[in-house]
Amino acid sequence: MDFLTIIQVLDSTVRLATPLLLACLAGLYSERAGIFDIGLEGKMLMAAFFSAAVAAVSGSVWLGLLAGIASSLVLSGLHGLASITFRGNQLISGVAINFLAAGMTVLIAQDWFKQGGRTPSLFAGGRFEPINFPFAEALSGVPILGPIYSELLSGHSILVYLAFLAVPGTWWVLYRTRFGLRLRAVGENPAAVDTAGVSVVGLRYAAVAICGVLCGIAGAYLATALQAGFVKDMTAGRGFIALAALIFAKWRPWQAMWACLLFGLLQAIALRFQNIDLGGVVIPVQVMDALPYILTVVILAGFVGKAIPPRAGGEPYVKER
Amino acid sequence: MTVPAIELKGISKSFGPVQANKDISISVAPGTIHGIIGENGAGKSTLMSILYGFYKADKGEIWINGAKTEIPDSQAAIAAGIGMVFQHFKLVENFTVLENIILGAEDGGLLKPSLAKARKTLKELATEYELNVDPDAVIEEIGVGMQQRVEILKALYRQADILILDEPTGVLTPAEADQLFRILHRLKDEGKTIILITHKLREIMEATDTVSVMRRGQMTATVKTSETNPQHLAELMVGRKVLLQVDKVPAKVGAPVLEIENLHVTDEKGVERVKGINLEVRAGEILGIAGVAGNGQSELLEVLGGMRPGTGSIRLNGSPLALSGAGSDARARRDQHIAHVPEDRQREGLIMDFHAWENVAFGYHHDPAYQSGIFMNNAALRADTERKIEKFDVRPADGWLAAKNFSGGNQQKIVVAREIERNPDLLLVGQPTRGVDIGAIEFIHQQIVALRDQGKAVLLVSVELEEIFSLSDRIAVMFDGHIMGERLPHETDEKELGLLMAGVDGKAA
Repeated sequence: MDFLTIIQVLDSTVRLATPLLLACLAGLYSERAGIFDIGLEGKMLMAAFFSAAVAAVSGSVWLGLLAGIASSLVLSGLHGLASITFRGNQLISGVAINFLAAGMTVLIAQDWFKQGGRTPSLFAGGRFEPINFPFAEALSGVPILGPIYSELLSGHSILVYLAFLAVPGTWWVLYRTRFGLRLRAVGENPAAVDTAGVSVVGLRYAAVAICGVLCGIAGAYLATALQAGFVKDMTAGRGFIALAALIFAKWRPWQAMWACLLFGLLQAIALRFQNIDLGGVVIPVQVMDALPYILTVVILAGFVGKAIPPRAGGEPYVKER
Repeated sequence: MTVPAIELKGISKSFGPVQANKDISISVAPGTIHGIIGENGAGKSTLMSILYGFYKADKGEIWINGAKTEIPDSQAAIAAGIGMVFQHFKLVENFTVLENIILGAEDGGLLKPSLAKARKTLKELATEYELNVDPDAVIEEIGVGMQQRVEILKALYRQADILILDEPTGVLTPAEADQLFRILHRLKDEGKTIILITHKLREIMEATDTVSVMRRGQMTATVKTSETNPQHLAELMVGRKVLLQVDKVPAKVGAPVLEIENLHVTDEKGVERVKGINLEVRAGEILGIAGVAGNGQSELLEVLGGMRPGTGSIRLNGSPLALSGAGSDARARRDQHIAHVPEDRQREGLIMDFHAWENVAFGYHHDPAYQSGIFMNNAALRADTERKIEKFDVRPADGWLAAKNFSGGNQQKIVVAREIERNPDLLLVGQPTRGVDIGAIEFIHQQIVALRDQGKAVLLVSVELEEIFSLSDRIAVMFDGHIMGERLPHETDEKELGLLMAGVDGKAA
């Protein structure tokens, strides 16, 4: 395996990790506030469809992005209504959102575009184009650093950079701002927040809304940057992988990034090396494709240390009698 | 007369059909400690939650410092200068002291300046009121006494002039409680008004200037503390005469029922908790085990109750019992006629979400009397529950209520009824009256004494010395897994036991 191959694999790792990272951070905001969200998948899928559909019709990827965020926010609002206002079961609400998104996207796609549940392929203007860093072309010849600069760092869409900038951003918000303090508090002990004179409901809706925006961006990235259009079930479990990464990272932003990169790496390897020959034993591509999901199961089963979720997570807040 | 710091006029509040507060009026003079006493469920906490904006009163007015004040939420209460220390602390466990203090009272969008200001203010408060805490300590790593200080500091940081404390000593050791009362007096001297809610008569007598008594949602009396006495207050609380001391005839001690020899217990962390003790409990006597919590008493009870293994030997009525493996589990113990009222009723005694009638069967649910073929005979069970509820005066007398909806005292009555009504040879009782109100304490004590008078053996573990003295026929003191000594209640006093509990052998010294 030569150096360029490694760089290329890492490059696609970054691309594949981006939607995971956005969804993972989305989940981080929500779950840190005490609202468990297994509907990340559904929100991404919905956003993927609407961003692709609006981008296809309007020809503007930015309108597509806005539409994606808006649709994801609607589902977030639904989740908030069910789990914050009506104090319902957060898991059931999340499952419902996933089903809703899986069904509705295909249904509307078929009704609007008549292409078997997909959107038309997006062309220039309808997609996020790669951003090339200055001198990327010129420097690509420089050994080691050249490829790293021109292949790995340069040439991604703006959403990739946004996702990775969101990591320190999230860290800063969580640990350096009043909002972050209250957000973490409401996920640990909402009664403490309530008796301190701060609205538990307001904070949790804010968290769920941020989650919606980030899921929206993640979905839009899938359909308008990573690929060129929406296809049925295109999220392919990424929402759940993001959840696994979140648990793996123990609900912390930097660790979330590394976890998502790990999952991205596995996906990239599966894409690049279809059948791996290990001295006579050939590992079939299906095994490689399954790796991220296997790792998800392993993590969720708790094999990777004990992850302590936010203490009030999953519990609707009711003032005690 | 000075303007009252707090005046409540005609406060009423009901939760569905339950009227928690009925037309309550009260006036609290500034710069005093005002006690509110009443049994569990009398409506004390509801009243204070209304004052703190946690609930909205159905009717009535709140006047603060002579001005009519609306308190729709906690924010309004804080703005009116009211601070509250809840019975269950409202702290974020994995935050530092400083973070907990600024939560909700930050000065701006960024944390740094708020934290710096709080650190400075905390230092000032610490010197002013002798409230020392480490600002960078994480809440879950400090003791409950410290956590309570943080709650008080939270209120002071928000410039509260009126401080409400709801059952503040429930979780404290006696020494910590004394310290708390010193702090409260200090606060009072600085001009703060303090409302102390409790069901402990001793605290009221020690700490307050004025006391109001609540019973069943109503305010029955407000008196100067100096003009009343515990007996009188207890009567006002319960609404009838109460015995603060258990009446009991001298024990008629029979043959040994339980003989413990060289018992060792190691906990799940590998720490030896019980280090070779020898004890004997005879028929017709109550053996009280005194000791500061965490000196092996809990483990002793758990081994005897079949909840954990041990080594050594125990005999019941002369025949040896297994200490590990087959025949040593909780079910086997019950079959061996050992009944167990565990220390923590909410975790080990009851399933809080289950109905009372289901809880009455636990541990004995395989009793043929409760079976009907392969099914449970729920009708028989419910009938049995009704009988026990009546006999033990469980209130409300509703077998369909979930265990969590009963007050602490009534929950404990359900557990005690279940165990005592089995007519065991040996009754193990841990902390029988922890968090239980006076009326229920009296009743539970009477039941335990009645069992002893029937010639049964009772092993009592309690951290309340008062309880040990009033129930025990013989007292053994445990310290660090050893029995420090045995005494007869009339031949010893709290001071001597206190020394033994601290590991000092008075006689040897």
